[in-house]
Amino acid sequence: MNAQAELSRPGTAPGARSFNDAGVRLGKAILRNRKATIGLALLLLITFVALFPGLIAPYDPHAAMFDQQIGPSSGHLLGTTQVGQDVFSQLIYGTRLTLIITVVVGAITTIVAVLIGVTAAYVGGLADGTLSLLTDIFLIVPTLPLLIVLSTYLEGSGTVAIIAVLCLTGWAFGARQLRSQALSIRNKDFLEAARVRGERRFYIIVVEILPNMLSLVVANFLGSAVYTVATAAGLQFLGLGNSGEITWGTMLHFAQQNGALESGNIFWALAPGAAVALLGTSFALLNYAFDEITNPALRPARRRRGKSPA
Amino acid sequence: MRFVVRRMGLFLVTLWAALTINFLIPRLMPGNEATAVLAQFKGVNPAALHALQVEFGVGIDQNPILTYLQYMGNCLTGQFGLTAARVPVMTVIMQGLPWTLGLVGLTTVIAFVAGTVLGMISAWWRGGSLDSLLSPFLFILTTFPVFFIGLILLYVFGVAFSWFPLSSNYSIGTSPSFTLEFVWDVISHATLPALTLVVTTAGGWIYTMRNNMVTTLSEDYVRMARAKGLPSWRIMVDYSARNAILPNLTGFAMQLGFVLGGSILVEYTFSYPGLGYLFFTGTTNHDLPLQGALFLFYTLAVLVCVLIADFATAVLDPRTRDA
Repeated sequence: MNAQAELSRPGTAPGARSFNDAGVRLGKAILRNRKATIGLALLLLITFVALFPGLIAPYDPHAAMFDQQIGPSSGHLLGTTQVGQDVFSQLIYGTRLTLIITVVVGAITTIVAVLIGVTAAYVGGLADGTLSLLTDIFLIVPTLPLLIVLSTYLEGSGTVAIIAVLCLTGWAFGARQLRSQALSIRNKDFLEAARVRGERRFYIIVVEILPNMLSLVVANFLGSAVYTVATAAGLQFLGLGNSGEITWGTMLHFAQQNGALESGNIFWALAPGAAVALLGTSFALLNYAFDEITNPALRPARRRRGKSPA
Repeated sequence: MRFVVRRMGLFLVTLWAALTINFLIPRLMPGNEATAVLAQFKGVNPAALHALQVEFGVGIDQNPILTYLQYMGNCLTGQFGLTAARVPVMTVIMQGLPWTLGLVGLTTVIAFVAGTVLGMISAWWRGGSLDSLLSPFLFILTTFPVFFIGLILLYVFGVAFSWFPLSSNYSIGTSPSFTLEFVWDVISHATLPALTLVVTTAGGWIYTMRNNMVTTLSEDYVRMARAKGLPSWRIMVDYSARNAILPNLTGFAMQLGFVLGGSILVEYTFSYPGLGYLFFTGTTNHDLPLQGALFLFYTLAVLVCVLIADFATAVLDPRTRDA
């Protein structure tokens, strides 16, 4: 997706700030930006469904107790599956695992990206060379083919295996972004001051560098989440998930395998697809808004400014 | 030329890394999937069986380094053994290759050209209807899963309107020939998969091109060009866009990996018998030899395109030539 975001985000580190200040400023910025507000509202709604599926879903999602493959009706809003499960209930209950996979993979890949990217930039030398080469290799090796090969070996091992392979293949893009951002603030005066004070390297990275990269770290998490939503669903769509567990991706797989679209049971395929798209969009809107918040030059202004603050 | 030489180095290292990853996966993964799969290959051509044993490290009793070298040799000479259906892997791949090459190659070019031009126009008339409506819409589409767009198009244009066929690459009963009729048949089968890939990738090109253009448009050399009184199309194309397109070329590599991944899902959605569909059938048949070879093929395809993009960057950006 936004492969060049690293170039369109200017250095946003005028001086040292604490995590707290940045957090408050971030919160205000989200409320002021319409894209961010919509994205956040969608995400909260999906989270609510994931937390309390029992309040919404009329039936047990696993219970195969209805007529098979019937179209939408008042009893079954989205129809039933090939073994007679209620599609709507599956959609609601599938939210939880889908969201868990997304958030966990997003968080882990971001942490790995921060560790590798910032270490490479700050330590420099041979470590930088090695880590950058590793990052480049993982960026070029196509993700989905590698995921498919790995998943075939892990078939049936469940959610943890899916999370593991998605993390393994998903950190590289963020690591490269964070590395270039860290490089750009590496020689700022406040870091020099910390070094002169005799602070330890670990302290400098965590307390001085990271707060100044907070917006990029958050943006990274959001970008990674967008990637994970679609990739995880894609893998499950191909039948590489754990077919015993209900996620939007596995629902899609069974719908596709049973010709849901051709047989008129269209919501069986389209509803989980739309749900995946909605979750992806909510993260993407937040990410898009973040670009605008951190780089004012990108805001959809009607007046052209004289010169961008970048 | 140091830039190109350095990129050649990355090409070779990444190729080696991909080959090594493929060698290590069957040996490092838990379970005995590889053993179970290879057990099905009894009584086949010994040379092919040996190639598989070397690749998956099953039933082989020799120095691992020697095995690794043999594996590398097999890969470089295209000996990937047999698929689960006991057909040489290379034969199967060569059957699927033209379809995927046509589909992905064509859609990537269309999406790249259309996206870059739209992004350029979008930034030039910033805040115009293209910039505030079409571009954001297409960008939102890029975050939709490829297969979801595919399913919608399949339903609307395939099932509801019946304008296009639902699956496959050409109609059953026809045989490949260079007649107008057959060519039309192929095009109508490829339209929906191609449209899916274009719709889901064009937005990314627009987004990055627009943002880069916004930056370059505020540069001094653009102001200089204006001051010289150059026609606006020259400022737009030769001054601003030429510089804005460079990161897009670099991003090409990552995009291509993304598009190739998307093509697997699209080919599965439309049962389009290219390499991606083979990948899917490989998962259902536990066809590890086929999958391993396909993984290497996809990596090689991305690598070659990265190299081409690097050469293009070297041509367009004089700074890289002596950097």
